[in-house]
Amino acid sequence: MSLGRYVGRRLAVTVPVLFGVTALTFSFVHLLPGDAVDAIVGFRAVSPATEAATRAEYHLDQPVWDQYLLWLRDAITLEFGESPVTGRDVSATIGRRLPATLALGGAAWLLALAIGIPAGIVAAVRAGEPADEVGRLAALAGIATPNFWLGLILLFVFSVRLGWFRVLPPDAPLVSLATAKFLVLPTITLGTASAALVMRLLRSSMRRELDATYVTAARAKGLPERTVILKHVLRNAVLPVVTVAGLQLAFLVDGAVVVEGIFSWPGMGRLLVQSVLQRDYPVIQAIVLVIGIAIVLANLLVDIVYAILDPRIRY
Amino acid sequence: MSDRQPTTDRGRIRIVGFDEATEQKRDSDASSDAADADGAAADQSIASRAATGIESTTASTSALAQPGRRLENAWRRFRRNRSAMAGLAVLIVMTVLAVFARPITVATAEVTVTLQPFSLAPSDPAAMFVGPPNASPSPAHPFGTDWAGRDQFSRVLVGGRYTLSIGLVAVGLALCVGVPLGAIAGYFGGWIDEAIMRVVDVLYAFPFLVLAIAIVPILEPVPILGSGYWTVVVALAVTGWVGYARLIRGEVLSVREREYVTAARALGVPDRTIIRRHVVPNAIAPVVVQATLNIGTVVLTAAALGFLGLGLEPGSAEWGAMLAQGRSSLLRGDWHVTVFPGLAIFLFVLAINLVGDGINDALEPNRDVDDDRRRMR
Amino acid sequence: MALLEVEDLVVQYYTDDGVVRAVDGLSYEIRAGETVGLVGESGAGKSAASRAVLRLLDGTGEIVGGEIRFRGRDIRELSADDLQAIRGNEIAMVFQDAGAALNPVYTVGEQIAETIRVHEDASDGEARNRTIALLDRVGIPNPAARYADYPHEFSGGMQQRAVIAMALSCDPAVLICDEPTTGLDVTVQAGILELLAELAAKSETAIQLVTHDLGVVAELCDRVLVQYAGEIVERAPVDELYYDPKHPYTVGLLAATPRLDDDRERLPTIPRPAPDLVDPPTGCRFHPRCPYAEDCCASRRPSLVDPVSGRPVDGDPETHVAACLEYTGDLEAGLDYEVQIRDDADSNCRERKQQGEPR
Ligand code: SF4
Repeated sequence: MSLGRYVGRRLAVTVPVLFGVTALTFSFVHLLPGDAVDAIVGFRAVSPATEAATRAEYHLDQPVWDQYLLWLRDAITLEFGESPVTGRDVSATIGRRLPATLALGGAAWLLALAIGIPAGIVAAVRAGEPADEVGRLAALAGIATPNFWLGLILLFVFSVRLGWFRVLPPDAPLVSLATAKFLVLPTITLGTASAALVMRLLRSSMRRELDATYVTAARAKGLPERTVILKHVLRNAVLPVVTVAGLQLAFLVDGAVVVEGIFSWPGMGRLLVQSVLQRDYPVIQAIVLVIGIAIVLANLLVDIVYAILDPRIRY
Repeated sequence: MSDRQPTTDRGRIRIVGFDEATEQKRDSDASSDAADADGAAADQSIASRAATGIESTTASTSALAQPGRRLENAWRRFRRNRSAMAGLAVLIVMTVLAVFARPITVATAEVTVTLQPFSLAPSDPAAMFVGPPNASPSPAHPFGTDWAGRDQFSRVLVGGRYTLSIGLVAVGLALCVGVPLGAIAGYFGGWIDEAIMRVVDVLYAFPFLVLAIAIVPILEPVPILGSGYWTVVVALAVTGWVGYARLIRGEVLSVREREYVTAARALGVPDRTIIRRHVVPNAIAPVVVQATLNIGTVVLTAAALGFLGLGLEPGSAEWGAMLAQGRSSLLRGDWHVTVFPGLAIFLFVLAINLVGDGINDALEPNRDVDDDRRRMR
Repeated sequence: MALLEVEDLVVQYYTDDGVVRAVDGLSYEIRAGETVGLVGESGAGKSAASRAVLRLLDGTGEIVGGEIRFRGRDIRELSADDLQAIRGNEIAMVFQDAGAALNPVYTVGEQIAETIRVHEDASDGEARNRTIALLDRVGIPNPAARYADYPHEFSGGMQQRAVIAMALSCDPAVLICDEPTTGLDVTVQAGILELLAELAAKSETAIQLVTHDLGVVAELCDRVLVQYAGEIVERAPVDELYYDPKHPYTVGLLAATPRLDDDRERLPTIPRPAPDLVDPPTGCRFHPRCPYAEDCCASRRPSLVDPVSGRPVDGDPETHVAACLEYTGDLEAGLDYEVQIRDDADSNCRERKQQGEPR
């Protein structure tokens, strides 16, 4: 099968999932107890005129099926209405918050790879030796540390006590030295667990690959051990790690929800928490939709990248 | 190199006598052979073992021993695993501390039955101003006090109840949903499989915590769930079952093709019985391992919810919720409010992970925990 | 001086059940250009012995004793760099499972060219051209196009040819073939054997052929070593081994080798499975399975001797030697088997009786 057809088939599976994601997000407001209008306006007492206007704006006077389609149309055009709590345009709010989260998440992801991949390689090659044991315990510790706790402690030690970093984000553009410096602690907080995950996965897949005959064959050819590991083993061992990139993304999003609050970082995660606490449902709905679609598309991308990396996929 | 002809072209060789000699020896050995019978069986296993070691032929011995025996062996292996035993010890200590922290009573309208009279915690975790607010650790309050003057030590001890029970109950509920659905999907295949797995795919589009956060406002007003406790548990179970469904489906797909399943089906055993008696027991080991490890994930997520002030009532002595005030107290310099509850979560999750890894090594040493974790996604 | 000399090689594996001595005091030599067969059942330690030559033992395997001299240098003493310079360049290996020996994510051509690039000062283009020539030489049709194919796009036989091409890429002095035809279809096997036979005949490369299949040995080898339970029990030029086997184990293997015109109802087999190498049998390791075993076999350990003179093994590798107590005169009843040779042309039977009718 050609790569094109593989991608086509993968897309065909993605469409119903996207449909499900939008439907689930749509039904969110309707699953809330009480009338949807109450939910949208945040359970405040409103005048009948406002109620009617809201009803019309969210198409609540239509049958559910039509409501969904109309909502979907609005969502595709990024038309999420206004927040009943803040009165601001939901799309604009999210648009303003998104870059901050992408910056933090991207930095944390790079950190996770930068630590996880070399650590995984070393642990696999030195399996059973002290280096591996230390790595295993470090990874377990990384997985077991609650990120909010880690964040608080880093904040306390390096910002409050040592004063190396600011406690609040600087009033500087996103791409600037001051912002980059501020992001050090949040990045470490967010990236630690991901690094541990990458490391463990890579270690286990490398261990499996190291036993393969092609590794012995590569050594028998007289290749330097570096080439054997970094060219032959690693290329095969990263494949299973690539498949969890979607999981990684979900993991980072979860982390961002917590970490952004600790470091007062104006991203989507913090917005989500604020919105939940304020019962700002249109904003919650929009954020959940954006996250859901991002993860579905990320998984699609992962599968395509996997197919490119692994020639055997294209049967 | 040489000009000789291949030997086989020149003549045919036949050995006479070896076989006869073998027969004779067999007869004369008949008596001693009987005694050797089980020795030969042992030889067989040794040969296959040597073969795996030396010629690297994979001889997968499917252990279809009695379950009791299998568990006994697993336990023996588990006991030899030092880090797993350390994890288990930590879990046991934490459980004992949580259970005996404060008395447990069951109250109906008329009578109050005390199930557990001990009280390890010096004070009521909810009682305010048992000491000065934000006091540093001291003999009277080993972990200090929080902003409301509540004894942190007592709160950490009692907080274990939330963590342990949320972890166990949420994972248990998730298993109850995920295992049957996954088994059904894998066993029947076809459109049932498609339908269930698409639902799983959809739920997987939402990160654990985000989904739980979104669900909390939906569940909160539901009357039977009442307190925040059940809101959290249900939210975590709703998000948690998908992983088990996916994992067991994959297992069932491979178990389904085995002979004993085909045989049972040919004999007309009802599908439900086959799934319950043959398929699930043979596919459950990795699920048990992942469920154990997932207690850790669930506890972390529950703590994150508590930290964010969602779910449980504010002021609950839950480890995560105790950290909710952590940021402001840290900025004031009161480290102890943050350190102890966080340490408790860390220890618990670390111990769970050690035990989970240990269970995996004991049950299926050749299986890879991380690989299964990957497959759940 | 022989090209490759192995002396008293001991290889151990550490398993959950104990230490397995897969190779126990193995000695042999290979001279330039000759083809030597190493034969035995699976589990006899043949693969361990041949992997040890390049220090490529897998898992927990370890060389614990002996010397492996290649052109007089002990391979065990070589630095990592020196070892790499020999691997694939002077001594190359062909693996049993070609499909597994090829890395699935690189093209077949790249995996061969890589070997050339690492050992020789060849540019990418040169390496590529030489690879295509090699693929052509091992009989892969349309080599220029197949260069860019991935291993899974090759058939099993073609994969094995590619692995052989890889091994030949730097004109090695010694080629170690570990069960090169096992697992292939009979017709494909014949093709690979033909290729190896051609190699053995035409090139200067010495071949160490590891196999459990005496038929394969007969077609290719000059000399044969028979390995049992980690030890060599018989060594002979190939014709002598077939027409005049001296060790009961060799006899058993020969008796169990199927022939085209077989009229026997069932193949005789050596009774009982191969021994446990964690705790090998005392005395002669073959005694629990040997139909001629006597009491002394369980206690006394036979050494390799000249069957005629009973004198211990001398320096000449062409001498026929076997390790059975019969040849040191310790057996009372002797060995009782005969080798019948039927010429195809006229089916008159020459018969030869092994010495020692029951005395
Ligand atoms: S020494 Fe004894 S047991 Fe060993 S091969 Fe000779 S006769 Fe058989």
